[in-house]
Amino acid sequence: MDKFITLSAIAAPFPVANIDTDMIIPQQHLKTIKRTGLGQFAFSNIRYHDDGSEREDFVLNKPAYRTAEILITGENFGCGSSREHAPWALKDFGIKCVIAPSFADIFYGNCFKNGLLPIILPQKEIDLLLDDASRGANAMITVDLEKQEISGPDGGKLSFDVDPYRRHCLLNGLDDIGLTLEKKAAIESYETKRRLSQPWLY
Amino acid sequence: MTETEQKPKTLYDKLWQSHIVDQQDDGNCLIYIDRHIIHEVTSPQAFEGLRSAGRAVAQPGAMLAVPDHNVPTSADRATAINAEDSQLQLDTLAANCKEFGVEYIPMLDDRQGIVHIVGPEQGFTLPGMTIVCGDSHTSTHGAFGALAFGIGTSEVEHVMATQTLVLKPQKNMRIDVEGALGAGVTAKDIALAVIGEIGTAGGTGHVIEFTGSAIRDLSMEGRMTLCNMSIEAGARSGLVAPDQTTFDYVMGRERSPKAGAFEQAVAYWKTLHTDAGALYDKEVFLRAEEIAPQVTWGTSPENVLPITGVVPSLDDTPGADAKIALQRALDYMGLTAGTRLQDVSIERVFIGSCTNGRIEDIRMAAEVVRGRKVHSDVTAWVVPGSGLVKLQAEDEGLDQILMEAGFEWRSPGCSMCLAMNADKLGPHERCASTSNRNFEGRQGPKGRTHLMSPAMAAAAAITGRLTDVREL
Repeated sequence: MDKFITLSAIAAPFPVANIDTDMIIPQQHLKTIKRTGLGQFAFSNIRYHDDGSEREDFVLNKPAYRTAEILITGENFGCGSSREHAPWALKDFGIKCVIAPSFADIFYGNCFKNGLLPIILPQKEIDLLLDDASRGANAMITVDLEKQEISGPDGGKLSFDVDPYRRHCLLNGLDDIGLTLEKKAAIESYETKRRLSQPWLY
Repeated sequence: MTETEQKPKTLYDKLWQSHIVDQQDDGNCLIYIDRHIIHEVTSPQAFEGLRSAGRAVAQPGAMLAVPDHNVPTSADRATAINAEDSQLQLDTLAANCKEFGVEYIPMLDDRQGIVHIVGPEQGFTLPGMTIVCGDSHTSTHGAFGALAFGIGTSEVEHVMATQTLVLKPQKNMRIDVEGALGAGVTAKDIALAVIGEIGTAGGTGHVIEFTGSAIRDLSMEGRMTLCNMSIEAGARSGLVAPDQTTFDYVMGRERSPKAGAFEQAVAYWKTLHTDAGALYDKEVFLRAEEIAPQVTWGTSPENVLPITGVVPSLDDTPGADAKIALQRALDYMGLTAGTRLQDVSIERVFIGSCTNGRIEDIRMAAEVVRGRKVHSDVTAWVVPGSGLVKLQAEDEGLDQILMEAGFEWRSPGCSMCLAMNADKLGPHERCASTSNRNFEGRQGPKGRTHLMSPAMAAAAAITGRLTDVREL
């Protein structure tokens, strides 16, 4: 997995609530057996016209935000389907950090598995960042996962919470399957006990 | 006894604690997973990950694979896939299952169907288990008093490799529904009324346990519908405590415990209930009598009203952002504020999905349309949730009732719930649907979805508009 330590990037303001995973990556693009190549389809239903041309009113099509790596958005981002194609599509597009007042649980967890950092902040602080982001390329935002801190273009700082285990995995780009397999003995001993206590499961 | 053993526990606490393999200092736990169901869309990358890391599947016997999202539901399904990418996903699932030793139910097997219908039907889903699948509607299996939740593909790979997941405990939420449902009101209406009450993020971070006499009175099919929709309220898992209804459903199924073991299992399953005095972090109380048949009018399941309602207006909506969201939903849905929901015409009807594709749902629809005709402007489909549901319905003559009324009787799959195969709405087509999501484009680009129960969708098929089934 890619590490996430610090990121200084353009942030795109997308203050819409309840952006669902069908919107992030519509179903017609789920017929792949790979994790890569989905960036071109990210938000496709709201990013392109029927003829395939870009919609000027979609934030990531605007010249100032075409290279944005941070997305600042509304509450309950990523609701709906469990499809990991949603973070894959965002990551492949170039988004490495999503900041919102709240996330749907499955999407939130999926981000961490892909080197994508989701940050939860109170709406008031989101509003400050949206204001910064509205200045486009003139307003770089810096996210520091080590310090758990976001710095705005005017030097303002915001701190954020993140689960320590997930932070550790992101900072070091760790494969958590490898970490779990180090506990193989505990897993096997659990299985042995259950075969006795609940034999009908096996 | 330690303090944690003495404290009254919720059903969720019991399920969680009985699956802890290891506890980290940071509060994360390694949780054992008893059952893992996979389908063709969210598993290929997980198998690929195992292969490239040289890892095996830890417990192939704890897995079951069924193709459902991409399969054709037309009569000529054996030869109907004309999309190379769909075929590749089906072939990849079959090949991966063979390579890693996972039981695979192929498309043309009578047992094939939607993962969340097949699991319970086969007795693969049992009370007290942890069950996962790379699909958010895995919450369905919570109807058995199992801790069941949807996971992403990285977690699918993690479970394949380790039979565990690293998780933090969720909070406890209780939704209590007391009383008796009125005629024409179903589990789907409870689910939609709950989402209307708490919103699509109301259950985020929580496991919802459904309690109360109206829940206990539901069949297993109804409980599955309800738990299925928990995720639309933001909760990864829904739960109903197992009882005699559960045990009766489970008994005698293909993979259920056999005589002897079954009694031993039931003795344990009877301990799976919330203790008196256990505390929930959040509680919501509804009265069954007050729930009317529900329909959605917008592009989120929380955009829901009783069928007697009218499309909301900007004036009744507080807040600038909410007004923008409402206007966007109305524009997408092609609706005008103030319109009576019963005056909204529809062109398509879809009865099926992991929410409402079970035998009871099809019986309900058949009962409504018996001796009636589908409106001439409407194309109406029934897509049974599994091959076994289809066979049972045909055995009961339900297919004949539906076809005589003008419904198309199709083969099992996810179909038009998410429109990954050829089954989809055309742009601006309006559908009365028994599925679970009315998101923009969910049933096809620019398609318009109104969520409701099978009885309500059947009534809409007859009249060609959203209809109060109680008045048909």
